[in-house]
Amino acid sequence: MNQTTEPITNRTAEEFLKGLWKENPVFVMVLGMCPVLAVTNTAINSLAMGLATMFVLVFSSLLVSLFRNWIPGPVRITTFIIIIATMVTVIDFLLAAVVPDIHKELGAFIALIVVNCLILGRQEAFASKNNVKLALADAFGMSAGFVFALFCIGAIREILGSGSLFNIPLFGSTFEPWVVMILPPGGFFTLGFLLLFFNWRKERKERAKEVI
Amino acid sequence: MDDIKNTTTLEPSSSRLIATLGIAGLLSGLLLVGAYLYTLPMIEANKAAALERAIYKVLPSCTSFETLVLTDGKLDVLKEVKAAAGSKPPKAIYAGHDDAGKLVGFAIPSDEPGFQDVIAGIMGYQPETKTIVGFEVLDSKETPGLGDKIIKDQAFTVQFESLSVEPVIVSVKKGEKKNPNEVEAITGATISSKTVVKLLNKGIGEWKGAIEGYLKTQ
Repeated sequence: MNQTTEPITNRTAEEFLKGLWKENPVFVMVLGMCPVLAVTNTAINSLAMGLATMFVLVFSSLLVSLFRNWIPGPVRITTFIIIIATMVTVIDFLLAAVVPDIHKELGAFIALIVVNCLILGRQEAFASKNNVKLALADAFGMSAGFVFALFCIGAIREILGSGSLFNIPLFGSTFEPWVVMILPPGGFFTLGFLLLFFNWRKERKERAKEVI
Repeated sequence: MDDIKNTTTLEPSSSRLIATLGIAGLLSGLLLVGAYLYTLPMIEANKAAALERAIYKVLPSCTSFETLVLTDGKLDVLKEVKAAAGSKPPKAIYAGHDDAGKLVGFAIPSDEPGFQDVIAGIMGYQPETKTIVGFEVLDSKETPGLGDKIIKDQAFTVQFESLSVEPVIVSVKKGEKKNPNEVEAITGATISSKTVVKLLNKGIGEWKGAIEGYLKTQ
């Protein structure tokens, strides 16, 4: 009994964890750059965007995985997009109803989750080939990694660009905010430095392995 | 199992493809209609609440208001008729009253294309003194850190607590305000500041005559 269940749980955990770190969609695969650069000017916006993406990815993966045997190959991409677009519109309505202020801030970027290649990519590469349990683990892992990455960028940009985190001022009135950090260039700077850091770590690890 | 099936049946029939997309589209449509109907009342309540908050903010002593619309060139209280679904609600302004029922001013919504997108705002207008007594931005996508100072910069927003609309509102450079109808623009956000001024003039110009006519009939 134990022999059959253990590898499966291990596999589920593995599929979940890979998205968080080893195959992080932003820092490693560099997917979904549009929201990563555009709406990460505050920590709260980043979190909201990440969670909206999580909702879409998890439900899309669930549906695609459930129906994977009924969807014929030639129309699979079209079907995935129908599913994704439906989920995006649902979350768009829900955000407008429940958190109108955040919905206003994110504006068109909610609707643009449809074209986030992270989501379609996971459907094609994973959910359409695996069972529901693994697909959900993969979707939760990948979107948790996405939320984490967005939050890192958003927090750095808000701290430097507005001198606050979650709208709570961190420094005294003597702090002169770096306005550039909450403007579009700040997104590129922050992402660039974070990618530099992650690649540097990766390279160092690989070199350490080679030595061994 | 499924892999074998996929490789043996090379090309699924076109009716199967059509059926798959048809069913996916149908289910998606049903889900969307459901979500829309479920969230619509909440979204409308949010919008109404935001408008109401703004009205009380731009008319400081206002405690109740009524909606006025133009009918046959004259301002009249909007009758509580539900507009047909899909039709745009008529352009309206709001007459604010204080606790004693005295008219304290009008809240006038207006909009104007700004730097990024249309800036929509609402102003509090005192017809007796012909001044603006408050202004709130309802919707704007101005640049964070620069253009959005029209909302966040206290030194800019405080100017709308008492601003003469005669002959017209004009924007001047920072530190050059001399007359009661001048607004000091924000350095680095000239277009956004000027848009606010244009928006105010547009709103006043559009409704001033109607308001005067309405006051005479009162």
